[in-house]
Amino acid sequence: MPQININGAVHTIDADPQMPLLWAIREIVGLTGAKFGCGVDACGACTVHMDGQAVRSCLTTLADARGHEIVTTEGLSADGGHPVQRAWEANNVPQCGYCQARQIMQAAALLKQTPHPSDQQIVDTMSGNICRCGTYQRIRQAIKSAAEAV
Amino acid sequence: MTANSNLSRRDLLKGAAATSGLVLGLHVGFRKPPFAEAGETPAFAPNAFISIDETGLVTIVASRSEMGTGIKTDLPLVLADELEADWGRVKVVQAPGDPKYGDQNTDGSRSTWQFFGLMRLAGATARQMLETVAGQTWNVPAGEYRAQTGFVIHAASRRKLAFGDLAKLAALMPVPPADQVRLKDRKEWRYIGKPRAVVDLKDIVRGRATYGIDTVVPGMKYASIERCPIYRGRVKSFDPKDALLVAGVERVVEIPATPMPSGFKPLGGVAVIASNTWSAQQGRQRLKIEWDYGPNAGHDSTAYRAELEATAREPGKVVVRNHGDVDNALASAARRVSADYFVPYLAHAQMEVPNAVALWLGSTCETWSPTQNPTQVRQTVAEVLGINETDVTVNVTLLGGGFGRKSKPDYVAEAALLSRMIGVPIKVTWTREDDIQHDYYHAICAQHLEAALDQDGHANAWLHRTVPPPIETTFQPNVVYDSGGELGQGVIDMPYYIPNVRCENGTAANHVRIGWYRSVYNIAHAFAVCSFADELDVAAGKDPVEYLRELIGPPRILDLKALGVLVDYPNYGVSQLAPELADQYLIDTGRLRGVLDLAVTNSNWDQKLPPRQGHGVAVHRSFLSYVAVVAHVAVGNDGQIAIPRLDMAIDCGTVVNPDRVRAQLEGAAIMSIGNALYGNITVKDGRIEQSNYTDYLVPRIDIVPETHVYLVENDHLPGGVGEPGVPPTAPEICNADLRGHRQTDQGTASRSAAVEGLAQGGVKWNLQ
Repeated sequence: MPQININGAVHTIDADPQMPLLWAIREIVGLTGAKFGCGVDACGACTVHMDGQAVRSCLTTLADARGHEIVTTEGLSADGGHPVQRAWEANNVPQCGYCQARQIMQAAALLKQTPHPSDQQIVDTMSGNICRCGTYQRIRQAIKSAAEAV
Repeated sequence: MTANSNLSRRDLLKGAAATSGLVLGLHVGFRKPPFAEAGETPAFAPNAFISIDETGLVTIVASRSEMGTGIKTDLPLVLADELEADWGRVKVVQAPGDPKYGDQNTDGSRSTWQFFGLMRLAGATARQMLETVAGQTWNVPAGEYRAQTGFVIHAASRRKLAFGDLAKLAALMPVPPADQVRLKDRKEWRYIGKPRAVVDLKDIVRGRATYGIDTVVPGMKYASIERCPIYRGRVKSFDPKDALLVAGVERVVEIPATPMPSGFKPLGGVAVIASNTWSAQQGRQRLKIEWDYGPNAGHDSTAYRAELEATAREPGKVVVRNHGDVDNALASAARRVSADYFVPYLAHAQMEVPNAVALWLGSTCETWSPTQNPTQVRQTVAEVLGINETDVTVNVTLLGGGFGRKSKPDYVAEAALLSRMIGVPIKVTWTREDDIQHDYYHAICAQHLEAALDQDGHANAWLHRTVPPPIETTFQPNVVYDSGGELGQGVIDMPYYIPNVRCENGTAANHVRIGWYRSVYNIAHAFAVCSFADELDVAAGKDPVEYLRELIGPPRILDLKALGVLVDYPNYGVSQLAPELADQYLIDTGRLRGVLDLAVTNSNWDQKLPPRQGHGVAVHRSFLSYVAVVAHVAVGNDGQIAIPRLDMAIDCGTVVNPDRVRAQLEGAAIMSIGNALYGNITVKDGRIEQSNYTDYLVPRIDIVPETHVYLVENDHLPGGVGEPGVPPTAPEICNADLRGHRQTDQGTASRSAAVEGLAQGGVKWNLQ
């Protein structure tokens, strides 16, 4: 049975190793922060961190995740105090909010690697994350203000 | 809109006056009259929307669904303002589906205008009762005390009493009738009109907000459903054997097809039930199903488009507006202009797929779902299960987007039917492919317009033929003409100052399931009307803004009957839901002109732009609000379109939460850009050709303009906000002044090709 380190705790997951991490996290581990959006790496709603990199949990199998550190949106910060989360709040980014916590995961991974991204780097990194409400302008603003705060 | 059971505002208010046991015409939170139950009633709850406990915590019920507009915050904020509550001591709870809250169908950008007055009255009533109790306690005359952020204050003696300390006594008081309640003057408003963060913001940012798809009910199983790929098809037979071999799969059952048209009910299909969603999806892939494909197996959207366009070019069978003599004016015109416009089927593609959990309990059913229309969930679930509506409990979660898709509860009824079949709670989760291929699509539409210009380029006649299938086809067989509500979204209410106008509606039989999609028929109609206005300024050789001002004409209120409108104009529901407010929501061309001037003044309209760049402008009234948009558009050498900047102005009357109005316009612009540049559902052999975000494209962060939003400040009653930003944005992008790049002798033809290219999701601007 796959053992997966999620948010610092090791979970033994009784499931087919080919099961996507997304469904295992949501329906077996019981963490619902990562969302289903497309199932084909086209929208980013399921983004988690694997060893600090943003990955799509809908296409990452339990077998792929074994031996790596997975952080879900619930594990990004204890109290919502991550600079990217604070910037999201300050800019009132969300509308329906469904995609937002994974937009934050994507942006947090970007800023960790590139603390002061260019506009083009922001576009390149964030263009895999769909927001159907169209909050992109504020997403862009929030990333820039988080970059200044870091 | 069909099949909604709506309680009108008038009925609500009538109820208030007539019945002492009712407040605001709504059943109050009390089961028994308050004065008889004081000892048993710890909290003060003068109506269904408020209760105040003895600690002073104010609980306000959000009866409308939260899909991203901010309404779960904004209506409680209105109530809290009139109540003089301390917003920091307010808890907002989401209402279940229950007629005591009145109309809960969160649709048509109606929530604020429909409930603004009621929320004010609900809050003011409670405030007045708390004030009266405080006055009685101090034994001081009325007028010496007043409520202020959670307290009642007696300034002369510098005494104050907290709401929590007054709650128990206030609960003993009779509720004053509406005509004896003093509403605040707007100068006294504390929260209305000021930006406010939504109540779920912190949870959303932390990933802790729970949507329908996050619902967990102990013992539940997970379902994935294979539906016939062709609308109106049904299961002939199926073999579950291989599906049952998949680890985790427990049952395979058929959901019987609903007689067509299926309305709000399930399409039917074969459901795989498993211990988790992934296993259910895996099992589903191994189902062997033989389908009866039904009457739409030959539907082809390309051929259908040609059919609709041919209809649009012929005189329509139904004349819906007729004023003056269009034929004569066209025949004697100095110049005639004509154009055809086409908008394809569109899919909602909201981020959260349809999903629901249902629990059948032998004779009753409880559901959890992201729904825009809890009232309809109750009704539809009761109908498919053959039980009373009162035996259906409808829990409403946050919605991961709605845009009209989640006003149809077919997916909740699927879960309810399955729970009864299987005997355990069932969660149904659609795949993205299910969502794109079994949507209630935005209606395809072909239009033909003609105009007559005089020697000076002034428009003297306007002919508009529209041919979209009506949404009523989703509910009734053999409907081929559009309703007054559908034609009232940009056709019969066309506001231009033109003496001869004729509007016609051609027949369109329907072949896919269609439904409301953010701003609905305004998408096609504003696209045609606003684009054609620009065709006319091109033909007249005039500046688009100046020409638009001329078309709008002098400030006036449109009298649609006098302008030859021959069908009922529901004015976005005002006629039915709030007839007493009808004269507050008239079509005012002064307000149309106002937003146009505001957007243009703040934009860089007069800036000289380099080659292959231009400005476009459009203005449109919808959902009782007025929006103008100026776009700066650039077309790269590779034909790729960029939109560096948008300037949007809205007049939606009184604004509750300016930050959310701005957010809605920013988002509506993005959605409209998607409609114009990418959205295109096509059908071949009855099957939808797109399946996911890989081939049904929606805007991403790379196309996003720098958007500036300007709000008109006035005292008009609130209008809609969620939808009005969508209609004018697409045409204004197409109107961007690219005339320099177009052969002048091709005129209309090349212009139409450009427009068509946009609507087709292409970059086929006809550039020279």
